[in-house]
Amino acid sequence: MHTTKFSARAVKRLPSVVRRWNSTSAVEAPPAGGHAPSIATSQILRTTRESALKTPGLAFADEDSSGPSRTIVGGRETRKMNTYQAVRDAMSIALQKDETAVVFGEDVAFGGVFRCTMGLSEEFGRERVFNTPLTEQGIAGFGIGMALMGHTAIAEIQFADYIYPAFDQLVNEAAKVRYRSGGSYNVGGLTIRTPTMSVGHAKVEQVPIDDFELPLGKAEVLVPGSDLTLLTWGTPVYHCETALHMLSSPSPALEKLVPESLRSVKIELIDLRSILPWDVETITESVKRTGRLVIVHEAGMTAGVGAEISAEVQKRCFLKLNAPVKRVTGWE
Amino acid sequence: MGVLLWREFGLDNVMNQCFGNEFDTSGKGRQMPVHFGSPAHHFHTISSPLATQIPQAAGVGYALKRTPARQHSIAACYFGEGAASEGDFHAGLLLASTIPSPTLYIARNNGFAISTPSTEQFYGDGIASRGPGYGIDTIRVDGNDVLAVLAAVREGRRRCLEQGRAVLLEAMSYRQVAVGHHSTSDDSFAYRARSEVEDRKRIDNPISRFRLFMESQGWWNAEAEEELKTRLKADVMTAFKKSEKFQRHELGELFTDVYGGEEPWNIKEQREELTGLLRKYGEVWEPWRTELAKFKNAGQDLLKR
Repeated sequence: MHTTKFSARAVKRLPSVVRRWNSTSAVEAPPAGGHAPSIATSQILRTTRESALKTPGLAFADEDSSGPSRTIVGGRETRKMNTYQAVRDAMSIALQKDETAVVFGEDVAFGGVFRCTMGLSEEFGRERVFNTPLTEQGIAGFGIGMALMGHTAIAEIQFADYIYPAFDQLVNEAAKVRYRSGGSYNVGGLTIRTPTMSVGHAKVEQVPIDDFELPLGKAEVLVPGSDLTLLTWGTPVYHCETALHMLSSPSPALEKLVPESLRSVKIELIDLRSILPWDVETITESVKRTGRLVIVHEAGMTAGVGAEISAEVQKRCFLKLNAPVKRVTGWE
Repeated sequence: MGVLLWREFGLDNVMNQCFGNEFDTSGKGRQMPVHFGSPAHHFHTISSPLATQIPQAAGVGYALKRTPARQHSIAACYFGEGAASEGDFHAGLLLASTIPSPTLYIARNNGFAISTPSTEQFYGDGIASRGPGYGIDTIRVDGNDVLAVLAAVREGRRRCLEQGRAVLLEAMSYRQVAVGHHSTSDDSFAYRARSEVEDRKRIDNPISRFRLFMESQGWWNAEAEEELKTRLKADVMTAFKKSEKFQRHELGELFTDVYGGEEPWNIKEQREELTGLLRKYGEVWEPWRTELAKFKNAGQDLLKR
């Protein structure tokens, strides 16, 4: 009986089947958009050791974090990794350095459906890297319980849309336990990982091999500019990079549609990096200089994160704005 | 899919859904492959997240009971032993036994949820052992025995109607889809011994067992088997080749069905935004031109609005 074939879970991974069909039916490869940068050729990616080590906010665990921000790149090694390799590497470090750390989730033990836990159960044992039953609310609740005991719980939610059954645990419990217990308990040791970027595996960068952290609530200015602030995060970072390139050097087909006067505008591209807390200082500082803000995100417009940022920026930068804040988002 | 084929949904509809083309009646090409649905065949559209259908099926059963013309119908709800770990499973069975609702829950326990063997899914005695805890009549059946499954489902249906409440059926099987992998990106030999899969395929397989039974009755033979295989393979390939050539639904369908009734301003504006972009770039920008050609009417439904 082809039982799992019928389940929604089974078809989650069928896009690869579709791709294979396409490749045999004379459907051309997705257009690369001329010579514009794509995720594979992005200039934003940190493909050299030096650029990787100069990532803003990068802090090594064995250095004093109260020291000056990092400008020296000596004495540290990096290695070429794609997204899932980097995630795997980080978990491996956590498991090595922290006896309380455990990694768990659906199909994690055999390497994970996105291969983020390849070899970890063999290396650290099934007591520390283990499968859970298919229960996202259980996974989140279990992680919260471990974290309440001061342990490091690294939970995987297999696909992004599987996270909703866990929302009661995440919103009513994880987010509120510190407050409702008057600070007696917290889940600082809890990490929930879910997939990001449909083509994340293609993104190859140099990654420091030592134990490091990147800050929450700190945006990164990827391209400095003075005429307009372009704020985004996640996959659209690369779409924005492509758009900037198409604006400054449009292909012959588009030349007529892009006025000369716009081609030399200096657009500041900012990667928000974390949504909460979000870096209101960096964004308002930028918008006060440029007078214009465009927010790009994948999620729908109504009540999206762009709405929150837009409201705050219009309050803080009202007299400096030369145009209303524009949102470019997924359609609802 | 077996239910749909039995109810004459047809291979074309199956293929059209898998390709998400203009004749996909299940969801206008919006869902991933194998997410079928058809009101005409009394088949609720499949959703990706696991186990959400289980409490819904309790509601469906209850609604059937309250519909005079449907009082001889029950709701049937399929799921795997992995999905039975979701909270929705417990919520659904509890409701279907308490409210109560004539719903037949069919758990297909094939031993694996992607890579996770059932030994890591539950420590108790499978799914069937949970039924009595919810006060539900429960039967476990050899899922590789076609006639046993038929008999169990018939009895389950009879009890659903007689008692007006849920029945749980657990069909014990072993995942043996074609070469035995969960999907193309899966390598099930990473967690299952090759010899084990081969043995199961050869010895304990519902298709070969039923074939042997039919042969022993003199109703079937190697020649008929070969004829059937050849015919089915040809039928599938014909549907496949037909389906892959069709275009997608009209591009404007992107904005329909978000809400029922009058369309709110946000959807209108977003459609106009796309129309404006099409007007500007649709012809001159080659990647868009190529993409537009894949849609029925190539975007004209929006441009001519």
